[in-house]
Amino acid sequence: MNGVHDMGGMHGMGPIDTKPDEPVFHADWERRTLAILFASMFLGRWNGHIRRQALEQMPAAEYLATSYYEHWLWGLEKLLVDNGILTPEEIAARLAGRPVSLAQPPTGLQVLEASEVAKFVQARRGARMDDTVPPRFRVGDRVFARNTNPVGHTRLPRYARGRCGVVNRDHGVFVFPDAMAAERRREPQHCYSVRFDARELWGAETPAHDAVYIDLFDPYLEPA
Amino acid sequence: MWFAKGDVSVSPDHHNHDHDHVGAGPPLSDAQLRVKALESLLIDKGLVDPAALDRLIEAYETKIGPRNGARVVARAWLDPAYRQRLLADGSAAIAELGYTGREGEDIVVLENTPRVHNLVVCTLCSCYPWPVLGLPPVWYKAAPYRSRAVIDPRGVLREFGLEVAADVEVRVWDSTADQRYLVLPERPAGTEGMSEEELATLVTRDSMIGVGKAAPPDPRPPS
Repeated sequence: MNGVHDMGGMHGMGPIDTKPDEPVFHADWERRTLAILFASMFLGRWNGHIRRQALEQMPAAEYLATSYYEHWLWGLEKLLVDNGILTPEEIAARLAGRPVSLAQPPTGLQVLEASEVAKFVQARRGARMDDTVPPRFRVGDRVFARNTNPVGHTRLPRYARGRCGVVNRDHGVFVFPDAMAAERRREPQHCYSVRFDARELWGAETPAHDAVYIDLFDPYLEPA
Repeated sequence: MWFAKGDVSVSPDHHNHDHDHVGAGPPLSDAQLRVKALESLLIDKGLVDPAALDRLIEAYETKIGPRNGARVVARAWLDPAYRQRLLADGSAAIAELGYTGREGEDIVVLENTPRVHNLVVCTLCSCYPWPVLGLPPVWYKAAPYRSRAVIDPRGVLREFGLEVAADVEVRVWDSTADQRYLVLPERPAGTEGMSEEELATLVTRDSMIGVGKAAPPDPRPPS
């Protein structure tokens, strides 16, 4: 979707708050958010693609006015409710300090035990796939990113659409995020690193030899 | 901090908080209450083990961070064969030092040279190589960096205090898929004879994102 999360190339967002040594967490609720987010992902109802899609549903003005941990928290609450794990009534009651009878969660959820945490942290997400899919492009091919404006989840940023680049590397075959988010389907697709000259993206005033490399899935590209 | 400057329409309670402690995150009340509500409900339903939560926090607060990446860089500076393996297959060479896991399954290492300066961003969210750098800093996930790194990398680098010469090629890597990027910064001058441990202390987090250079060694006291 053409959401506010797709920020590449925008102006007016203010100065960068550069900090050489900031703490890992700035408040205890950030610690709790991270931990609950991971423990909830282990329940087995969603993965990173579906979680990113949920984050993108946050209203634009709210997204811009809040920190990243607040985005995570917002997305987590949405996923918990959408998957029937918590109900809006339970959350409202708990926030108001009222007693509430708890609804039965769906069956088959996996609870992360303390003894499994080390393994969980080390785990691979399984985004890389072993499927043999013929690549449509080779390193050195000139390609352009399709001009497309899907309302669903995509990892093709707006600033690249319609622009020409050169395939720099074929990363191999991965789960195609758009299909996973839309249909929870593991569709195998090649992912390429594509080099775009900065001038192609941003115009003639840009330094001639600078470039932006974007990781793009096969269906995002056409031969140029 | 970049939120709630007064020019963005947000729910009223977002404006009633003290933003003096920059970087301290969002309005305390709402987020704090909400995370407590979610946590207590999940525990009451038996879906979350409080001890597992503590272990998750401990892992990301104490075990996984930029010291891991600094060790990788220092090893690459000292061992040419390791450097070659690292540039050819980042994740495999990084796993040799024991660093694997979430958000680091496919790490690509980018070498900075006198001719090429690499810079890493995630314009769409917050993708970052966790096993070697830990959780990303606030600025990496915030709008100013995400929006401008691709359109004005030289200006962004100046904000970090780094002027890149006009004849150096700036390459920005937008982490839009499953690859995670780690910059191998240039080894500073005057570090000949230093050990891996000593070299690792010069490797800053920012130098591995590409918004800084490795720190110069402390001047030796006159002998």
